Amino acid sequence: MNQEMISYLLIVISMVAATVITRFLPFIMFPAGKETPPYIAYLGKTLPYATIGLLVVYCLKGVSFQSYPYGLSEALSVVLIVILHHIKGNSLLSIGAGTAFYMILTQLIFR
Amino acid sequence: MSYKEEICEQHSPNLSALRYAFPKTAPVMAGYLVLGAAYGILMSGNGHGIWWPLLISVFVYAGSLQYLGITFFVALVNPWYAFFMSLMLNARHLFYGISMLDKYREAGKLKPYLIFALTDETFSVLCNEEPPKDIPKYMVYFFVSLLDHFYWVAGTFLGAIAGSMITFNTAGMDFALTALFVVIFVDQWKSGKGHWSAVTGIVASVICLKIFGSSGFIVPAMILILGIITSAYYREKRKEKQS
Repeated sequence: MNQEMISYLLIVISMVAATVITRFLPFIMFPAGKETPPYIAYLGKTLPYATIGLLVVYCLKGVSFQSYPYGLSEALSVVLIVILHHIKGNSLLSIGAGTAFYMILTQLIFR
Repeated sequence: MSYKEEICEQHSPNLSALRYAFPKTAPVMAGYLVLGAAYGILMSGNGHGIWWPLLISVFVYAGSLQYLGITFFVALVNPWYAFFMSLMLNARHLFYGISMLDKYREAGKLKPYLIFALTDETFSVLCNEEPPKDIPKYMVYFFVSLLDHFYWVAGTFLGAIAGSMITFNTAGMDFALTALFVVIFVDQWKSGKGHWSAVTGIVASVICLKIFGSSGFIVPAMILILGIITSAYYREKRKEKQS
């Protein structure tokens, strides 16, 4: 192996290590055998709701409201998904229709 | 009973778990095939062939980190830099782990893989998932995790080998992942629980996005969310003591 290959490999190993650490750490700190502290159990019950909120914002972080089309593609698509999902409650329909609508908006309308 | 029927009978709990799990993963399939393919195209376009992106998609298996990792490869960065940047970006996994402590508690042999494969999307599919009683739930979690992992690797492979052959315009297809998170948000909202926590997640993230910008808001947002939830915890505890 040449030096470049080894450098790439070291980068990959760093990425794997960091990912494994962040994924396993909570399970190592709070093992199944012992009782989870009440504060951590409380976090476990409340965090999922906040985390999904964080992920929604994370996905939309690149949207610009200052320049054309002023975030309209994303805003209209999200509104469509929320309304559709509130009425029908069918995940596949909401996601499929929302994505198709977004693709039409970005590719054909707000070009 | 014929031999074939016997086989079906033996495997039916696992098969029923797979049948139950597959439709749950369909939106992730759309998103992962596209995002995985885009990753494969970018890596092979930068001259890293098929094997590096495949190796990374199998063993790192973290979408946003892998995209950041392309810049690590281009600049051939110091591995320590790569390590600490990866830790920062991945810090949100701690939230997923804490949220899944209970759910994965009794998963036995499947547990290490379930934890390894807990991506944003798999978390979002499984955090609300309660399979019916007659279906083995840990097998459902396992198949959802495995299928998602498979879509990601398959997408990477297809992108790396066939990047130049895509003929229709796929721009915007990755919105499927945003749509998935929005749908889960609505599902959680309709469940009638956790409204204040959901609002906290959105508001804290938007505030931190405005202050810290799109490349560095995740960790501050997590700290703010933790702070707000922690203060709510102590308020509730104080109330319990008083009553």
